[in-house]
Amino acid sequence: MTQPDDSAPIIRVRGLRTQFGSHVVHDGLDLDVYRGEILGVVGGSGTGKSVLLRAITGLERPAAGRIEAFGTEVLTASPDDRDRLDDRWGVMFQDGALFSSLTVRENVEVPLRRIPDLTPELRRALADLKISLVGLPYRAGDAYPSELSGGMRKRAGLARALALDPEVVFLDEPTAGLDPIGASAFDQLINTLSEALGLTVFLVTHDLDTLYATCDRIAVLAEKRVLVTGTLPEMLEVDHPWVQEYFTGPRARLARDAVRPDTKTEAD
Amino acid sequence: MTTSMPTSGLQIEHEESGAAPVISLSGALTVHALASLQAGLKEVPQTSVIDLSKVTRIDTAGAWALADLERRAAASGGRLRYRGASEAAELLLDTVRRAMPVAEPAPGTATGLRALFEATGKRVVGGYDFLRGLVAFLGMFLAGLFRVVIHPREFRFTSLVAHCDDVGLRAVPIVSLMAFLIGVVLAFQGATQLRQFGAEVFVVDLIAISVLRELGILLTAIIVAGRTASAFCAAIGSMKMRQEIDAMRTLGLDPVTVLFVPRILALLLMLPILGLIADIMGLFGGALMSWIELGISPSMFRTRLVADIDISNVIVGLVKAPVFAVIIGVVGCHAGMQVKGDAESLGRMTSSAVVTAIFAVIVADALFSIFFAEVGM
Ligand SMILES: Nc1ncnc2c1ncn2[C@@H]1O[C@H](COP(=O)(O)OP(=O)(O)O)[C@@H](O)[C@H]1O
Ligand SMILES: [Mg+2]
Repeated sequence: MTQPDDSAPIIRVRGLRTQFGSHVVHDGLDLDVYRGEILGVVGGSGTGKSVLLRAITGLERPAAGRIEAFGTEVLTASPDDRDRLDDRWGVMFQDGALFSSLTVRENVEVPLRRIPDLTPELRRALADLKISLVGLPYRAGDAYPSELSGGMRKRAGLARALALDPEVVFLDEPTAGLDPIGASAFDQLINTLSEALGLTVFLVTHDLDTLYATCDRIAVLAEKRVLVTGTLPEMLEVDHPWVQEYFTGPRARLARDAVRPDTKTEAD
Repeated sequence: MTTSMPTSGLQIEHEESGAAPVISLSGALTVHALASLQAGLKEVPQTSVIDLSKVTRIDTAGAWALADLERRAAASGGRLRYRGASEAAELLLDTVRRAMPVAEPAPGTATGLRALFEATGKRVVGGYDFLRGLVAFLGMFLAGLFRVVIHPREFRFTSLVAHCDDVGLRAVPIVSLMAFLIGVVLAFQGATQLRQFGAEVFVVDLIAISVLRELGILLTAIIVAGRTASAFCAAIGSMKMRQEIDAMRTLGLDPVTVLFVPRILALLLMLPILGLIADIMGLFGGALMSWIELGISPSMFRTRLVADIDISNVIVGLVKAPVFAVIIGVVGCHAGMQVKGDAESLGRMTSSAVVTAIFAVIVADALFSIFFAEVGM
């Protein structure tokens, strides 16, 4: 897998502050995302992982701070710049957020409609390819989201996020609610895609197995900011009660022991 | 031969050299250039070498075009080879090649006359099933009502009161206004016609009989059907959509007693009251207009009303109210239970609940008319 480039980060968050009414979610949050890496974002429930993802993608307006993606200021971008940014990233929401009135194939075709001279046949063929790439059977393309299981909906959401071959995908808890086999297949899928497409992945997760199996770097969200970032071995050295508990607790040890030798954490 | 696509920077060059023709691609093989790439690759011979050394960027769409070409070549016995592909491009091609979807034919659909028969048959069976479902739902409601009567402790009176407020009290302004205007219209239209015969005073009979027997309760029921059938359907349907009703069942709560009985019972209690209010407001509007238009004083209106109009007219009108209430409530709740997992079916069922409820109320009213005519009331 590609190691993080030493060059400038493609996404740079500085001094981010988000709040809902008087409830401050982030305060003075800094984060960098480098090209080609799989960045795992972890933190307790309600620490604002989803809100951070929404802020970076411009869906939530922060109270203060700067967010820069591909050299564009997300918060002050003109509509044209926003369009260009939207072409360069894809988002998979926590429960898929598929359009319920469209079939899975039509869902994946929605972003493809933005390409001007793509014929309906090509669009359909590309959608079918994306559906197959994320490991869904051909038949699933004709199904409506309400007819799919939770895991299949997540895969369909990923297919839609990948439709335009974005440079960055944001995944919000992609393996939550999946059975262990389904979850580890998803981990492998993310690894393959990141390798084959040179994809940068911003991965919000609770799943220690996913962290061990896929992530190059980890950012820990706590105390309203990014507490530490680093590789998994570095996390084990961090002297903070939550981080210690999270990465050295009984479940973490199990996950670490379960890592297959062909994954990137073999240096661990 | 060189084909150049200025917008995407994609170039396709054919050259005949040695054993197999070489197709040299350069520029970005991305989704933006897919249409031109696909067109340019149409004429490629089945056995050729594809040179990718000048490709600047390739994404899954570009890889798909190549994999598709391979598949077509293989189908006609040819073979493609690549030259100068980067490691990432090889990996991508490999991934895409493995994921190339194999189309499965959709199940055959009937056409022509057969499709017409099939669709008609489905509709008839669907209509029959719908009616059966409604009747079953009515039975379920009655059984639930019976259970509540036996075990009144299970019943939630706060919920009943809240629904009465929603269904009854909040509908009073719109129902009153509607009935008042109907009275005004009847008096006005009656006056113009009856004046020709010098029979102005019969306007009282006209207003009283039409409002009390028919219009008061029918129009009230139609307004309530529009307001309440949709509200019931949306409330129950969205609970169904989020599996709240399944959760209720597993927690030992019976949706019939918790959701349906309070709602339909509230309608059953409130619709007669709303009908009575509509009757009073209709007469009031009619009396006011008669006074202004025809000079029939309120006291005269009252005297004629008491002398000419039998109380049976009021009874004939209001006796329909409970039936209309059950129709509206059952149709609304039943439609809510038909909602599937998606938001679209919620919208579809809500509008269908309103249409069905209004239609059923009018049909029931027609049946009542025939019945009362037969028994001579
Ligand atoms: N739209 C909203 N309005 C008010 N509070 C919100 C909203 N969205 C999120 N929050 C609050 O922000 C905090 C972080 O939420 P979230 O990012 O969803 O947590 P998680 O890290 O589990 O994804 C939570 O305390 C939540 O209550
Ligand atoms: Mg979340």
